[in-house]
Amino acid sequence: MKKSNLHKKGQNIAKTHHGKGDNLKNSPNVDESIGVKKGQMINKKILGDSLKQSVIKLNPKTQIKNPVMFVVYLGAIFTTVLFFLSLGGIKDASSFYILGVSLILWFTSLFGNFAEAIAEGRGRAQAESLKKTRRDVVAKRLKSPSLEAEYEEVKSTDLKVGDIILVKAGEQIAMDGEVIMGVASVDESAITGESAPVIRESGGDRSAVTGGTTVTSDWLIIKVTTSAGKSFLDKMIAMVEGASRKKTPNEIALQILLITLTIIFLVVSATLLPFSKFATQKAGQGTPIGLTNIIALLVCLAPTTIGALLSSIGIAGMARLNKENVLATSGRAIEAAGDVDVLLLDKTGTITLGNRQASQFIPVNGCSIRDLAEAAQLSSIADETAEGRSIVILSKNLFGLRGKEIAKLNANFIEFSAQTRMSGVDIGAESIRKGSVDAIKNYVTSRGGVFPKECEEVAQRVANEGGTPLVVCKNERVLGVIYLKDIVKDGVKEKFEDLRKIGIKTIMITGDNPMTAAAIAAEAGVDDFVSEATPETKLALIKDLQQKGHLVAMTGDGTNDAPALAQADVAVAMNSGTQAAKEAGNMVDLDSSPTKLIQVVRIGKQLLMTRGALTTFSIANDIAKYFAIIPILFASIYPGLKSLNFMGLTSPVTAILSSVIYNALIIIALIPLSIRGVKYKEKPASKMLKNNLLIYGLGGVIAPFIFIKLFDVILTLIGIV
Amino acid sequence: MAQEIIFAFVQYLLYFVLLVAGAVVFGKAFYKIYKGEPVFCKRLTLKLEGKLFSFMGIDGQKPMTAKNYILSITCFSVLSLVIFIAGLMLQGVLPLNPEKVDGMNFALAFNTAVSFITNTNWQAYSGETGLSYLSQMTLLTVQNFLSGAVGISVLFALMRGFLSRGKTNLGNFWADIIRITIFMLPVCFVASLLLVMDGVPQTFLGSVSYTTLEGEKGILYLGPGASQIVIKQLFTNGGGFWGVNSAHPYENPTPFTNLIQTLSILWIPAGLCFTFGKAVKEENKGEKTKNQGIAIFKAMTILFVVCLAVCTCFEYMGGIKLQNVASFGNIEGKEVRFGVAGSSLWAVATTSASNGSVNAMHDSFTSLGGMITLFLMMLGEIVYGGVGCGLYGMIAFVILTVFIAGLMVGRTPEYLNKKIGSFDMKMVCLIILTPVLFLLISTAATVMLKSAQTWSAPGAHGFTQILYAFASMSNNNGSAFAGLNVNNTWVNIVGGIVMLLVRYIPMFATVYLASSLGRKKQVASSQGTLQTTTPLFIGLLIAVILIVGALSFFPALSLGPIAEFLN
Repeated sequence: MKKSNLHKKGQNIAKTHHGKGDNLKNSPNVDESIGVKKGQMINKKILGDSLKQSVIKLNPKTQIKNPVMFVVYLGAIFTTVLFFLSLGGIKDASSFYILGVSLILWFTSLFGNFAEAIAEGRGRAQAESLKKTRRDVVAKRLKSPSLEAEYEEVKSTDLKVGDIILVKAGEQIAMDGEVIMGVASVDESAITGESAPVIRESGGDRSAVTGGTTVTSDWLIIKVTTSAGKSFLDKMIAMVEGASRKKTPNEIALQILLITLTIIFLVVSATLLPFSKFATQKAGQGTPIGLTNIIALLVCLAPTTIGALLSSIGIAGMARLNKENVLATSGRAIEAAGDVDVLLLDKTGTITLGNRQASQFIPVNGCSIRDLAEAAQLSSIADETAEGRSIVILSKNLFGLRGKEIAKLNANFIEFSAQTRMSGVDIGAESIRKGSVDAIKNYVTSRGGVFPKECEEVAQRVANEGGTPLVVCKNERVLGVIYLKDIVKDGVKEKFEDLRKIGIKTIMITGDNPMTAAAIAAEAGVDDFVSEATPETKLALIKDLQQKGHLVAMTGDGTNDAPALAQADVAVAMNSGTQAAKEAGNMVDLDSSPTKLIQVVRIGKQLLMTRGALTTFSIANDIAKYFAIIPILFASIYPGLKSLNFMGLTSPVTAILSSVIYNALIIIALIPLSIRGVKYKEKPASKMLKNNLLIYGLGGVIAPFIFIKLFDVILTLIGIV
Repeated sequence: MAQEIIFAFVQYLLYFVLLVAGAVVFGKAFYKIYKGEPVFCKRLTLKLEGKLFSFMGIDGQKPMTAKNYILSITCFSVLSLVIFIAGLMLQGVLPLNPEKVDGMNFALAFNTAVSFITNTNWQAYSGETGLSYLSQMTLLTVQNFLSGAVGISVLFALMRGFLSRGKTNLGNFWADIIRITIFMLPVCFVASLLLVMDGVPQTFLGSVSYTTLEGEKGILYLGPGASQIVIKQLFTNGGGFWGVNSAHPYENPTPFTNLIQTLSILWIPAGLCFTFGKAVKEENKGEKTKNQGIAIFKAMTILFVVCLAVCTCFEYMGGIKLQNVASFGNIEGKEVRFGVAGSSLWAVATTSASNGSVNAMHDSFTSLGGMITLFLMMLGEIVYGGVGCGLYGMIAFVILTVFIAGLMVGRTPEYLNKKIGSFDMKMVCLIILTPVLFLLISTAATVMLKSAQTWSAPGAHGFTQILYAFASMSNNNGSAFAGLNVNNTWVNIVGGIVMLLVRYIPMFATVYLASSLGRKKQVASSQGTLQTTTPLFIGLLIAVILIVGALSFFPALSLGPIAEFLN
């Protein structure tokens, strides 16, 4: 494959994202993901499965992991005991009422389990389809790394790290490894969900292969790099299954807050027992509050909404990331993505289209522009690179020069090579060449020609404007310059503008010289750029930024990116990249699309916002619950408190039942939100806060007033008083 | 009545102008102390400081680890406690006892000692008959200085934690309390002269006997009052020299002394906000940030003003109304020389700061006016709060607010460029949770006692009295609702233990918080960072404080003052 970017001037890193198998792919975003169709997070199977799971999760060992819901669980058990005691005559309320409360608490518990199960559901389905891929295959283990070498057939599970295996067309690759010989196209759809095969070859950044994928043409000799059970596929299954899902730091911190609130409400409810008893003695009337009511009050007040949905928010965040075909090695990485405030973006593929395009012909030396265009076209007809094609197209558009029949020309095409850094065509005595300034200069002077100063100036000007000059010559005569322009992708400027609004700085990384880089940076609207970048400068830049307190995200694919990937706070490795890069990063992008980083940040932020919004909502709910329960509960002791029952609830029984019913149903009602995430738009922090406070804070205060009243009316109509 | 209200308004306005002016001055002075610089007489102070350091074998420059810091506070407090208890129990045989006061029993001595070393100053005794001059001067007054200094030094440690970059520097506990005390001594000397000027006694002569015109014998208890009263107000201690505290005509004789004392209740707690703000600003020089300290001051002030307005309204509206007789509001239990406005202002100030001195009987306030004072204590003594501890308690609430609000802007929470992790949240929750739990549990335990029925008034007011007493102790306030019989072994011992725990658990949590924050590197701020000085944030902070307070105490309050009001 041609590395067209070798035309670049100055220090160059032979590494861009384009071209790496991309030309075999038609579109980087295929709508078919792993096992489950995208856009359809929940289907019938998952639903049924989740219902089953919500019962299985009633196991105390599972329950205790979520302390808030564990309190509900204990409350349910306790009220059940109270119910049976009441049948035996020991009771503080009617058996029917205790049974009602008890049932609602059991449902609250089940709803919490269901929320988690349904969030896990998609992962489970995905994992199942992945497991189908992970079947035992027979590998051809070579004695020595050569196609002619003898081989023995071994089971994939018996392969060890360092073994050399041969995989031929139509065979499945048995284990993760590094290609050491051969070039082949590989179907990776089992992992990426993408049907178009990609190229894998020894050396360079496309040498990593994944177990479970299939070679579709040619052959590969692979050195095994992981042992059975630790392969990428295994990790992926574990990740989507949520088996390795640990609580993230922020989740733990939030859980501490929720536990604290629960302890406060536990004590608040428990102390009401002596308080109300004391008050009845002081007032000389009324009845102290009973155990069933205390438990109901506790469950209402405890932050059960967020408690029940907390883990499903986290799992759903992961799932959203998976849906984007990004795999995170930990939930921690997603949280970090929300915090990122600097994005290091590779110019090529992220900011500019992968390929430069010819935008102008600039003749020199008195050559006419038409002659130049014609020569340029001739030299590019056989050039299959995007740049070559763009030259052909430009000359066609400008002068109507049709592509000539290659066979008729009787021409000898000279392919681009790294040594000459030129390509071109020989037709008869005419040798047309195009290439970098230096290369053509050498070519022309070696043939006794003169490289005009004018041309050098033009080339310099093109470079200053952010373009790449390609010089065209016929024999020893320089005809002119082709202005190859980096085309900034549509909409990136707006995207960066959005990012700036939420305080994220974009830094463009490019191997271009400073002049070119500056021009493109200005056009794309990035905040900063680093030109003539090497992997070392990248690493140094990240360290420096982190020293200043920034959190840095980057993408990378090459082995030489690995140190920088390991250093960055959020590091998305391309699936097409090397094993080293994938291991250094904390996310892998199966689509290998460098723009994915922005999406990852978005998902991270959305995840954190969803957590905050539901916490706020949950706490705000308590205000209404207090007004619903407390005044009416104490009214028998101090009748004056009735005036605080401005919701006009019928009786203590309906008030408490309405509150616990609301408390249970709100969990179900908010499951879609917890899985989808709250609405997210790039806005400054203060605006986002204001919006969310209005919706989830104020909404959280108002909603329960309405619904509790509604349930109370219904219960009263049914005749439960 | 309208005239009265205008008068109250003018009085409050004057109070606020003087409060802010004084707070700014104190804020600057404490910033110097925070930096380890002398405030007055540079050379003399440094010399004195150096002498004291070398005498005590302290290296004032050497920063302490969290463990060392806590160990120092513990040693210091245990030693103070032992000396204090021994001193009170033995005061009968010790000199400077012209009134021939007997030694205290252990329960009362324990309660009193704990109450003073924890900056609570809950008093189950009457100063003029229960304490010798030696006890008043060497135990109470000394601890008035030191307990305040401990609170401020812990605040300093927290500030250093927030502002240090990458390595923990909490400062040196001993150096901080010595510097604070060296600064406070001359300030208190001058201020006590102001009180003496208006007639507050400062004498070693014992009591004076007199015979009234009717031939009744009476005793006027004198003593070295002024020196103790000044520090009790400035360092939010609140323990009176005389039993009825600042309602006593010797302790607080004139409107002028009343103004000085009401101001000194809040000067330093409010001033420390400015110290905090200045420290943050100096550390982030060059960055255009609004003053964090002022933002916190605003939040506190809004809460204070609202509570003051509500309390004053209820006090004016309450009271007995007779036909054709001008009403001055609810004047029962208030000193005529201070009136409804002067008493309401004091009541709100003393309960918003953890001062606890009183110039009127809170028991006689209207049910909702009294509830305001109760509620202010229940909020955790963070509206200005006690010296040092008020602000660090408030910062805990700020972190809690940042935690919830921060998530809603899509970032993991951070405050002053430090990420708030799970350990920090644990400490914050301990700071906020501790007083709430102990208040509820100790009140519940007390009302379960059979005898508790007889200690208090009948009806909902009786419950309010008990709730108030434990709210006061479990928030290190020390003000008394009166009306409740509190000098019994149960209240003395349980109260004493509660006061100790609610003082030291949050305090140690703060030190650990400081050390954890200190270790963190600073993150850069950007457009995406939550601004913690905007009106929106201040409003949210207030909402969080009120919601936490209301959710914790609404049921209890509805059985107390709310029921009282509605019946």
